[in-house]
Amino acid sequence: MTKKILMVAEEMDRTISRIAYEVAEHLKGLDDVVIVGVQRRGVSLAKRLQKSFRDMDGVEVPMGELDITLYRDDLTLLQDQPLVRSTSVPVNITGKRILLVDDVIFTGRTVRAALDALMDLGRPSLVQLAVLVDRNNRELPIHPDYVGLKISTDKSDVVEVRVKEWDGDDQVILWEDGGER
Amino acid sequence: MPWKRKHLIDVDDWEREDFELLLEQTSNMDSILDRSIKKAPALRGKIVVNIFYEPSTRTRTSFEIAGKLLSADVINWTASGSSAAKGESLRDTIWTLEAMGADAVVIRHGEVGVPYYLAEKLKKASVINGGDGTHAHPTQALLDLYTAWRELGSLDGKKVAIVGDILHSRVARSDIYAFKAVGAEVCLSGPSTLMPTDINSLNATYEPNIAEAIDGADVVYMLRIQRERQDAGLFPSLDEYHKRYGLTDKLLGKAKKGALVMHPGPINRGVEIASSVADGPQSFILKQVRAGVAVRMALLYLMLGGVKE
Repeated sequence: MTKKILMVAEEMDRTISRIAYEVAEHLKGLDDVVIVGVQRRGVSLAKRLQKSFRDMDGVEVPMGELDITLYRDDLTLLQDQPLVRSTSVPVNITGKRILLVDDVIFTGRTVRAALDALMDLGRPSLVQLAVLVDRNNRELPIHPDYVGLKISTDKSDVVEVRVKEWDGDDQVILWEDGGER
Repeated sequence: MPWKRKHLIDVDDWEREDFELLLEQTSNMDSILDRSIKKAPALRGKIVVNIFYEPSTRTRTSFEIAGKLLSADVINWTASGSSAAKGESLRDTIWTLEAMGADAVVIRHGEVGVPYYLAEKLKKASVINGGDGTHAHPTQALLDLYTAWRELGSLDGKKVAIVGDILHSRVARSDIYAFKAVGAEVCLSGPSTLMPTDINSLNATYEPNIAEAIDGADVVYMLRIQRERQDAGLFPSLDEYHKRYGLTDKLLGKAKKGALVMHPGPINRGVEIASSVADGPQSFILKQVRAGVAVRMALLYLMLGGVKE
């Protein structure tokens, strides 16, 4: 078991600001953009992106929360099924440009589920994906548009994104060799 | 807290946290009912069989919709049109269910204990009690609890008056347990001939005068009066019952302002409840029906999602 700190709080802040700038530049403005965070830590990061947009442009980009539990493709493989959390997207997403936000992209299955869940809410004109950490090892052809940190990991490693709201502090930790903590 | 229950026979062994978990899950399922696409793939490939030996359009349809909204395949067996009418024994029915690969069986039966028997015998499927005799109706209790909780928030210290035929009501028994478990006070009312002899063991107070029973109540829960009880001589007439125990606007004025009026349905207008109350602004009867779908979605999800040991 090896613990490596990949990001501390200040680096997380800087990374999120940088992603916010990249999004605004790439989308040529924030008109019709809706930020959707994937429960739970994606929601914390989505809120920070929303704040970055506010600080940057004085724009209040609408934000929603998406729970993907009912859309997972591995429910029958799990010993304990995850509990369903709330999905609340306050605006009609049809025709909107969606910025989907999650903490880590790994196999790509969570994002696939998130896309299915999103499509049941409406038909966006565009969906882009922002993640704090891309740890590779994809099992589906899904790739993020904005990445905070890209690293190569072993499948047995664990990447832990800690956020103040849920974990008491902000940092990203890589647990190598089985992820025993 | 992870969900570990394979079956739902009754709620009398549930702890407060079990109820709270289910309320939260139901609330999240409820929001799906507001969407334009009311469907999620969580139970794709699962088979839910509804077996109803007693007629109940409401409960059966509610389970059917709940299963279908989560993408399960739902099959309905009704006793009149099934092999049960041809004399198939319950044991043979169980083997048939096993062979068909049912993942969940919802059963309603006039005899107490049939769901328990099924749960004992079925190797794979989860069993959900859709009402057995006068014993229990756990999903009704859960949807009642959710309806009140959603409107009132915490039920700690809230007063729930349950009025009518407690003696023959499986709903009342399950409701008393559920409401007490989350901190509410339960007061029963109705003719003494419709009260169980073991009323003290129900953990609720009894007030024969309905006006006293609903005085200051947050929830007024009216039970359906079955006409055969009158034939059995348990009360003189339906008119007489309505005069003494029917919920009218005037009587409802005794309850707390804005109190919730609830009923498990189907209602007998002009017997246990006046039409003006059933259709009035305080009536939550249709909200109960909607809650029934959300509660059953939450239950099916918790019982069928993921592998259970």
